[in-house]
Amino acid sequence: MTTTNPATMSAERFALETRNMHIYYSAFRAVKDVSFGVERNKITALIGPSGCGKSTVLRSFNRMNDLVPGARVEGDVLFRGQNLYAPDVDAVQVRRRIGMVFQKPNPFPKSIYDNIAFGPKINGWKGNKGEMDELVERSLRGASLWDDVKDKLQQSGLSLSGGQQQRLCIARALAVEPEIILMDEPCSALDPISTLRIEELMFELRQHYTIVIVTHNMQQAARASDYTAFFLMDADRAGQLVEYDHTEQIFQNPKDSRTEQYISGRFG
Amino acid sequence: MSTDTAPRSRGRLPEGDELHRNVVGRQRVGKIWQSVLLACTILGIIVLGLLLFNIINDAFGGVAVQSVVPEEEIFTNRDPASLSQAELIAILEEHLRSRILRNLEREQPLIERSNADLIELINAEIIKPEIVAVYPLNEYLFNRAAITASLAEEHPRAELSFKSWLSSDFLTSPMSSRPELAGVRTAVMGSLWLLLITVLFAFPLGIGAALYLEEYATDKLFDERSPVGRRLNAILHRGSSIIQTNIYNLSGVPSIIYGMLGLAIFVRALESFTSGSFLGATTDATANGRTIMAAGMTMALLVLPVVIISSQEAIRAVPNSLRQASYGLGATRWQTIWKVVLPNALPGILTGTILAISRAIGETAPLIVVGASTFIVTDPSGPFSKFTVLPIQIYNWTSRPQVEFRAIAAAAIIVLLIILLSMNALAIILRNYLRSKRVS
Repeated sequence: MTTTNPATMSAERFALETRNMHIYYSAFRAVKDVSFGVERNKITALIGPSGCGKSTVLRSFNRMNDLVPGARVEGDVLFRGQNLYAPDVDAVQVRRRIGMVFQKPNPFPKSIYDNIAFGPKINGWKGNKGEMDELVERSLRGASLWDDVKDKLQQSGLSLSGGQQQRLCIARALAVEPEIILMDEPCSALDPISTLRIEELMFELRQHYTIVIVTHNMQQAARASDYTAFFLMDADRAGQLVEYDHTEQIFQNPKDSRTEQYISGRFG
Repeated sequence: MSTDTAPRSRGRLPEGDELHRNVVGRQRVGKIWQSVLLACTILGIIVLGLLLFNIINDAFGGVAVQSVVPEEEIFTNRDPASLSQAELIAILEEHLRSRILRNLEREQPLIERSNADLIELINAEIIKPEIVAVYPLNEYLFNRAAITASLAEEHPRAELSFKSWLSSDFLTSPMSSRPELAGVRTAVMGSLWLLLITVLFAFPLGIGAALYLEEYATDKLFDERSPVGRRLNAILHRGSSIIQTNIYNLSGVPSIIYGMLGLAIFVRALESFTSGSFLGATTDATANGRTIMAAGMTMALLVLPVVIISSQEAIRAVPNSLRQASYGLGATRWQTIWKVVLPNALPGILTGTILAISRAIGETAPLIVVGASTFIVTDPSGPFSKFTVLPIQIYNWTSRPQVEFRAIAAAAIIVLLIILLSMNALAIILRNYLRSKRVS
């Protein structure tokens, strides 16, 4: 331990790591002193009651918070040993490597094909039409949507059902070849069957990607994640990481009494 | 807890019969208001109908035409088409003075002219039909007896016939001092040129400003952590909200004031540009800067606030989730604006802009100040020519005493209305087309 650079050490194990991260919206501190590491090729769930800062933490991982006027992050968020908030890092580059899927399915009002092709095109894709076709197919297969839409690639993305739209959004994120996929309550607008399909998809994606998911649904966290981080706001209404462990551990044998109360449904 | 132990409050809700009466009363109030609203609507439709009736009544109707010499007398009751060239020339030689004949011969020898030309010549020089009375449509249709009676008394030889002042000749003839020959071609072309210049300036400027105000103006340029930075951000925020308020205020400024501004800036100060002299395009007539260019820029200024506001609303209506999706895929801010925000806002922007610009076509006051010509017979040849527009032509005609001018003013109003309505229709079609292309 003493001879190796700890940053390199953890970079091998963790896809993402936060160290003493504080997040502010103007003068308000929304998240206080969060330190944890997201394991590679695992699904990490962030849970906690409303307003506990779990979405804020998720959005800090690909600098989506930069879009909120007045938001800023203190401390380190390390990705491959590099602080994402270092002055020389461009948020645009970060988002290419760390993709995001949102709460409400938000396909562009374009064809299914163009929805997938949008990301590669804006990121300076070099290749011919055939290669783009391949990329579109690969992305749609990756999101297990190909069989549903292969005959109607030119139809609008908005013509799909809610669950299909969300898988289209996942496929769209895959098309820019990210390493990490952040999901912000991806199933909260979906019916149970569509939810199940997304969860199955997450297990498939885990082989190649690291997934961080925010969820309100306790059962979803329990069945569809490897690690769980429980957040809670403190007396100043700032979100804090209470407990972070293997999902089984969190749900069966939590160390903190607040975690136990929350997962057993006594508040939140 | 049972109800009878609940503490009695002093107020109470109606029950039983009282409830029934209460509901009936409330429903009655609703019915009364509904009929008031219906009355408002009907009143509005009636007023609009009257306006249309008035215009159509003037634009169509009867005319009594009387010739100086009766046609039958000239052709001695024969069909003019059946006459030979020699006979026609004989008629001309009989009725015209020799000096006029010599002039005609000098233009083109009569012998070389076709029969149709000769008949036209006889009509114009000898028969000389003149409009002696004009009747609006309703009188022509429903008061025929009175008209014929008064005609028989005042102009016994006059012939009454139906006339549509709105005709293809009216659309294709230039301005003339004789109402039966005057047309709106010059004015329509002036209006279209003006429209083009207005769109050229107002569209990019308006959309650009709207994009900036919606997408960039809320940025916090200074570091929020330091008190100085916070103060500076607050000042910038104040500044942009002052600009926003004043755009709303500018959209309410009377149009004649824009005319004064245009006169001071575009006609006077920027004369070398608006007169075209920087391109060497000046003629003596346009050297003073009172050109389509100056008027178009004034109009662009006039509609700019409305274009900005309606574009802003369209941009604001683009769901934020689409912006987030774009950023989430690694798009830069400009890529997001150009590829996501603008295409999705475009239907709304176009609708608002076309409606704003179609208002500008109907504007008169600023153009009078900027110096549109009221009497001009040459078509505008480009952005640096003198011009007139439809509303000014209409204004000019309505201010003349002769009743014929009132009739052609009504016809010109119909032309203007058709142009305006087709622009509004275009806006709707364009919006529906762009929407269907993006959504379905």
